[in-house]
Amino acid sequence: MQYIFYTLAFFAILCALFVVFEKNPVHSVLYLILTFFSIAGIYVLLNAQFLFIVQLIVYSGAIMVLFLFVLMLLNLNKDTEPQKSVIFKTAGAIAAGSFLLVLVAVLKDTQQSTELSAMTDIGLVKQLGKTLFTKFVVPFEVASILFLAAMVGSVLLGKKELY
Amino acid sequence: MLMQINHIVPIEHIITLSCILFCIGVMGVLLRRNAIIILMCIELMLNAVNILFATFSAYNGNPDGQIFVFFIMVVAAAEVAVGLALLVLIYRNTRSVDVSLLDRLKW
Amino acid sequence: MEKYFYLVILFPLIGFLVNGLLGSKMKGTTPGLIGTVAVFIPFLIALGVFFNYGHESQPILQNYFPWINIFDFQANFSILIDPLSLQMTLIITGIGSLIHLYSIGYMHDDEGFARFFSYLNLFIFSMLLLVLGSNLLILFIGWEGVGLCSYLLIGFWYKNEDYGYAARKAFVMNRIGDLGLIAGIVLLWSYFKTIEFQAMAIHAANVDMSDPVIIIATLCLFIGAIGKSAQIPLYTWLPDAMAGPTPVSALIHAATMVTAGIYLLVRAHFLFDLAPSVLNLVSYVGIATSIFAAIIALRQNDIKKVLAYSTVSQLGLMFVALGVGAYTTAMFHVTTHAFFKALLFLGAGSVIHALHGEQDIRNMGGLKNEIKSTYWVFLIGTLAICGIFPLSGMFSKDEILTVLFEKSKGLWALSLFSSLLTAVYMFRLLFLTFFGTYRDDEHKKSKIHESPMVMMAPLWVLAILSVFGGILNLPHLIGGESYGKMAHFLDPIFSHSKLATEHMDAGLEIGLMALVVGLVVIIGFVLYNIYVKKESLPKPDMSLRGVEALVANKFGVDELYDTVISKPVLGISRFFGQKVESAFDGISGFFFVAGFKSIGNSLRKIQNGNVEFYLILMTGSIVVLMILQFLIKI
Repeated sequence: MQYIFYTLAFFAILCALFVVFEKNPVHSVLYLILTFFSIAGIYVLLNAQFLFIVQLIVYSGAIMVLFLFVLMLLNLNKDTEPQKSVIFKTAGAIAAGSFLLVLVAVLKDTQQSTELSAMTDIGLVKQLGKTLFTKFVVPFEVASILFLAAMVGSVLLGKKELY
Repeated sequence: MLMQINHIVPIEHIITLSCILFCIGVMGVLLRRNAIIILMCIELMLNAVNILFATFSAYNGNPDGQIFVFFIMVVAAAEVAVGLALLVLIYRNTRSVDVSLLDRLKW
Repeated sequence: MEKYFYLVILFPLIGFLVNGLLGSKMKGTTPGLIGTVAVFIPFLIALGVFFNYGHESQPILQNYFPWINIFDFQANFSILIDPLSLQMTLIITGIGSLIHLYSIGYMHDDEGFARFFSYLNLFIFSMLLLVLGSNLLILFIGWEGVGLCSYLLIGFWYKNEDYGYAARKAFVMNRIGDLGLIAGIVLLWSYFKTIEFQAMAIHAANVDMSDPVIIIATLCLFIGAIGKSAQIPLYTWLPDAMAGPTPVSALIHAATMVTAGIYLLVRAHFLFDLAPSVLNLVSYVGIATSIFAAIIALRQNDIKKVLAYSTVSQLGLMFVALGVGAYTTAMFHVTTHAFFKALLFLGAGSVIHALHGEQDIRNMGGLKNEIKSTYWVFLIGTLAICGIFPLSGMFSKDEILTVLFEKSKGLWALSLFSSLLTAVYMFRLLFLTFFGTYRDDEHKKSKIHESPMVMMAPLWVLAILSVFGGILNLPHLIGGESYGKMAHFLDPIFSHSKLATEHMDAGLEIGLMALVVGLVVIIGFVLYNIYVKKESLPKPDMSLRGVEALVANKFGVDELYDTVISKPVLGISRFFGQKVESAFDGISGFFFVAGFKSIGNSLRKIQNGNVEFYLILMTGSIVVLMILQFLIKI
């Protein structure tokens, strides 16, 4: 059982590294999709079946396709990206590395809740739907306004004759 | 496929996974100059946080965490839409998506 | 009805916002109508509350929201409806709406029409806040708001530099008074630990007479009142304030704003009762101002300046009445004065309007036949202010004189002198303006025209009020109630007052009245002889000599202030600005400026505008912050 998790984790990290270090943007996008797939697998292990589906549909499906579209549209699928200077690269790597250290050091002490729940069905659509439409109904409605604003915003920005 | 992950995988390991993914995202933001990759790395960071939420939700038996993941996805989708629209606009003006060219924050 | 009282304050504010934000887009007289309605509706509401308010009614405290709440300092945004604030509200909104209506006609072709009405509404709003606030801080908001509005309105025609100067002068003079008021508020708070009027009144009952803190506090409040109500030595702004459009003069400088000082003293009467020495000072300042301003008014040739000095003089009389503890009498004079002074100012405005901007009475004359309607209302106003029986001014002024006769013969004599002077300059103004023959070009005469209906209607309403205003507080011996309606209405407020006025012999009272009226009538005839029969004219400014020149020059007080205060202060400022500051600059420049400059020079390279660099910095700082938190936790 735990091997599935470690395999997925290893796969996710590997693909994420490829996302960063791949020269060709299109390959990066594809690797990111693989990362998201592995994360979706971890969701299944975590009994979050609804999130698994949403991860596949929204992230791997919609969002990444949007990225691909933009790449194709702007014709950026060549690896002509200029490289940063070495100083910037080392500085970035050091910053990210120390960030990782600090994060792990801080989160290592996380106190696990003593009460281990036997509830295994919290990730099902029925359960989540109940919570979403009772306790979180206001944020849920507000989210629709956010979407509307984002939609209007991106249409406006994308228009040709903006100026 | 309903099983108790909290009996087999220690929570620290999942947290570490999430941290590693997050820092890879940070590294990508810092190292790359292509704005689209940077946007993707931000998505990666959001996903790392999502894993954390889902983990705590599962380990505590509280569905609220998963709702938050849901809302984060909502925000991420909106953010990507607007972000990519901005990118297209930048591309139209500079014929490039290189963030190093955007050095006019001073003014 | 009381439930909706917040609308009284809200409507003028809404009017201000609507006119101020959208007014420039409106057509024709719409802003004027909005402004007028925004003041008239509060008047109706206040009237409704007034009729519900019986003698036994308790003051109504309406608490809207807590405003400031720090440690033991508490100030709520609340209003207090009691007879005093109700009466002031009626005056402000009633006369205010008449003046608004009049302004529609007077300002109709001004380019700042909407701006004018938004300022007027803001002014009414501030004034209402001033009189309705239940604590000193709300009063202070209104107090400052009124000062601001007077600045805006006096400098309304801001393209004229002199007008802007007059506006600045009013503002600065008011600030001096405001400082006194602030000091008074702070002092009172530190003494009573509350700034609510009602709570202070309860505490004040247990305070000894002539408590030093109370004396200083009341002195501070009085300084505030001096500034707002234009008493010596801070009166010079009021005559200069005539730079504003005439309805402004009527509204701010006759009917409402200058009464703020009177209101403050009446509102805080429970404190002043504890400080007899300050009350004496109030009387002396009042009488000095009254006579001083009246003398200056004798030699003014600008129709509005005469009225302005007469306002200062009348305000002085009110302060005298306050000084002897006759609060009701002072309020009565405030009311009638609001009627006839608004009438006179608006009438003067009508004259100026008819003559297309001419303000010098030497260029008028004989207008009686040209603008009949204006002549009649102006005549009524003049008779009322001079105190001819049975117009309103006679009752209020005689009440003051009667009270003074009872308290102090010296003050009585001086006040009588002052009110006779009033008669002199008012009759002079009347005769020179309306009698005799027209003294300017013939072709200008042909252009004289009566003011439109929208201006005359408010004038006639005010004229009727000026005639019958005395009914509000008829003395006992002319068929009034036991001691005056208004006194009866205001009585609950002064129940704590230790200086109640008892009543005097009816025969003596009638005698005093007859004496005053007789003297005024004699003055009227003498002046008629001089100015109408003999047609003598004020001399040109250049030919004046000696005392006359001094009076015409307002005793040179402005010049005195200029030499004694302004010039030395400016000199000191210049000295510090040029010598001392540059010296400091030299010293500090040597040590600090160079150092900071080099630090700044090296630091500003961080601000290079490069996004990537910023990102790395951001990540680095997050790391540092997290490490710090990590360390501190351990």
